[in-house]
Amino acid sequence: MDIVPGILKGDKRSIARLITLIENQADEARDLLKQLYKFTGNAITLGITGPPGAGKSSIVNFLAKKFRENNKKVGVIAIDPTSPFSGGALLGDRIRMQDLTLDEGIYIRSMGSRGALGGLSRASYDAVKVLDAAGMDYIIIETVGVGQSEVDIIKLADIVALVLIPGMGDEVQAIKAGVMEIADIFVVNKSDMDGADRLITEIQMNLDLNQDKNKVKPPILKTVGTTGEGIADLYKTIIDVQKQLQDSGMLTNKRKTRINQELQELIREIHLKQIISSFETQIRIFTEKALNKEIDPYSAAVYILENAKL
Amino acid sequence: MTGSKTIRVLIAKPGLDGHDRGAKVIARALRDSGMEVIYTGLRQTPEQIVEAAIQEDVQVIGLSILSGAHNFLFPRVIELLKEKNAEDILVIGGGVIPEEDIPGLKKAGIKEIFTPGTPTSAIVEFIKNNVKV
Repeated sequence: MDIVPGILKGDKRSIARLITLIENQADEARDLLKQLYKFTGNAITLGITGPPGAGKSSIVNFLAKKFRENNKKVGVIAIDPTSPFSGGALLGDRIRMQDLTLDEGIYIRSMGSRGALGGLSRASYDAVKVLDAAGMDYIIIETVGVGQSEVDIIKLADIVALVLIPGMGDEVQAIKAGVMEIADIFVVNKSDMDGADRLITEIQMNLDLNQDKNKVKPPILKTVGTTGEGIADLYKTIIDVQKQLQDSGMLTNKRKTRINQELQELIREIHLKQIISSFETQIRIFTEKALNKEIDPYSAAVYILENAKL
Repeated sequence: MTGSKTIRVLIAKPGLDGHDRGAKVIARALRDSGMEVIYTGLRQTPEQIVEAAIQEDVQVIGLSILSGAHNFLFPRVIELLKEKNAEDILVIGGGVIPEEDIPGLKKAGIKEIFTPGTPTSAIVEFIKNNVKV
């Protein structure tokens, strides 16, 4: 089957093939994405992020089932870290999603982060577009287990749910910058463990300190990822947040910002590639010169770029 | 620009078999040789394995089995791959498999069987030599 018509029909093999081409940065991937672009924009993207072992995959598993109960098609992109040494990866998110495999309305793809440091992989941005064009109603992106500063998920998801667990530190952790600031929804998983209520209080206190009183206060929910407790409420909350975003025009704003960023990044990438390839010799010569202290790299870069304008 | 191609492998435990130490050791060795390894966990049906392999677009499926049901489950995986036009995926197997069963499994389409004692490097080598990237 041809890839583009296959994807538009929701054929999983075609979806899988294009995502591989994207991951391998094959030339044809971009041509295919150009053809698919006008069919995107219908899916809601939901980011699930949080520290390693917080229960993200288990929550994705239960949430995907909820979406299916409501007759929605679901795409899942689950990212795990790539080894900085071997380039290999162990992708284990599917272990928690075994019962989703044979559901016709679900497609799951595991991805290695392949050098990206913000909790996603480079290919995940375009993979989301493929799933969108394939007719998925919701696309769930599960990030790498994150620390405090991996916040790239806000560049990809319409709604971000941050999964936290009790026992990860004192109340100062809750007021630190970074990942605590990106959540549209807080999920306190493993809430049957000691310390869950304290964690909720800490998150609440942190949210109360927000200066911007117009900002919607993110809801905080309790779940137990092993049993599915609390998932029904989480599902309802996601739908509520989605409605708010749509009705207030925030969703369009978010997407506009995202396209703007993407465009800038593409210009940067294409431009850089052109410069690097057309000035290969100069770069080599100036590297030698800087090594011998005949020129400093700051001046060398300016010199090369000024020549690039010609 | 054409980037690098990473070998993607699905490691699966078919059937009612609760032991996955071996599968994890293999998964780790493949990871360390630069492959992306998708591990799907215990007690998978052939249908689940084949569907996951297609969604993940892997070039290799590694089946690990200790229960003795390999003569049924391994050929079933091959059969389903054929049904889905995905017979280009290389299938290898490992675990406690009697010598005398190996020719039959190979005839059914399993490319190689690795029995206990095989160094992990032999498996890495086999995959690298037999996968077209």
